[in-house]
Amino acid sequence: MSDAGLDRRKVVGALLERRGALLVVAGLGSAAWDCTAAGDHPLNFPLWGAMGSACMIGLGLALAQRERRVLVVTGDGEMLMGLGSLATIGAQRPGNLAVVVLDNERYGETGMQKTHTAYGTDLAGVARACGFADSRIIRRNAEIAAVRSGIYRGKGPLFFQVKVKRDSLPLVLPPRDGAHLKHRFREALLGERAAAQ
Amino acid sequence: MPGKTSKTSSVEAIDWPAAIHSALESQRVRQVSYVPDAGHKRLIELCHADRGMTAVPLTTEEEGMGLAAGAWLGGERAALLMQSSGVGNCVNALTLASNCGFPLLIIVTMRGEWGEFNPWQIPMGQATPDTLRLAGVRTLRLERAEDALATVTAAAKLAFDGYGAVAVLIAQRMIGAKSFGEKP
Repeated sequence: MSDAGLDRRKVVGALLERRGALLVVAGLGSAAWDCTAAGDHPLNFPLWGAMGSACMIGLGLALAQRERRVLVVTGDGEMLMGLGSLATIGAQRPGNLAVVVLDNERYGETGMQKTHTAYGTDLAGVARACGFADSRIIRRNAEIAAVRSGIYRGKGPLFFQVKVKRDSLPLVLPPRDGAHLKHRFREALLGERAAAQ
Repeated sequence: MPGKTSKTSSVEAIDWPAAIHSALESQRVRQVSYVPDAGHKRLIELCHADRGMTAVPLTTEEEGMGLAAGAWLGGERAALLMQSSGVGNCVNALTLASNCGFPLLIIVTMRGEWGEFNPWQIPMGQATPDTLRLAGVRTLRLERAEDALATVTAAAKLAFDGYGAVAVLIAQRMIGAKSFGEKP
């Protein structure tokens, strides 16, 4: 693994600019800060806990909203805790779901301990073996345009393991109140239907 | 599951899995996730066969909390089927229900409480009601097959109209204890 990982904030910023109707679930920790740094948005659902759940929330959302594109942005540690969810997604094969793992090979919130990807776990290989339509490791900025194109137009489920730098960036925190995050997401997505469900 | 007693035979005359399916359908549940249990066999088949439902097999019960949260964000209702041994797998993810107020309907087939054959099922089975209570999940017991429709309907209302996690615990006595000596 080279040290020349990508800048995670720039990657997420590029993926979320002009986001249109995209629905975003952000895994806890740095991935949630990165999504918030790109602009807090009612159609972001950033997690502050329930580690390992980001991909499953994305799946439930993608199955409920088949006409919308759904993006899960998470970290390697969070993804590793929910590895089985890749098999569950592979069994459903939602065409509108993409997963981006920002892989710095470290648990960034707890002291930068190595994750299993530092020891060789091939997350993109796991996703591919689980039946994702496309699964790749991204190491170069020039590939981000293709990632973006996949997220907004590609046939899912898609998996992109983006190798990023091991830096500790300033915290950009989303709202912490889970009920508020849920309500604002549902109101932005469902409008009046949110109250009638 | 075949039973040896006349009580179990009369229970089989009431198609309680179909009653639960009917309750889920009338309560507009669209996503049904599960980790299989023999007691849920027929209900799982009914959910797979229902074109109005998406049946989602899970690798572990914890995944069902996330799926239900995502479904609700997207405007759909979800239910989760599991055996009592799976309850312990869910505890941390239940923060989604207690912290965010995501509705969650869990239907648990009990093991380790009535005529249990496998001692390894007993600790989690016995700890299931308290585990759920400590994690903020309201529980209803289903003891008699004829109550299946009413109990699951009531639980669904409590979950979806009350914005919280509710579990129906189906008594092992009602399902019939599994015996590895028995022919399927």
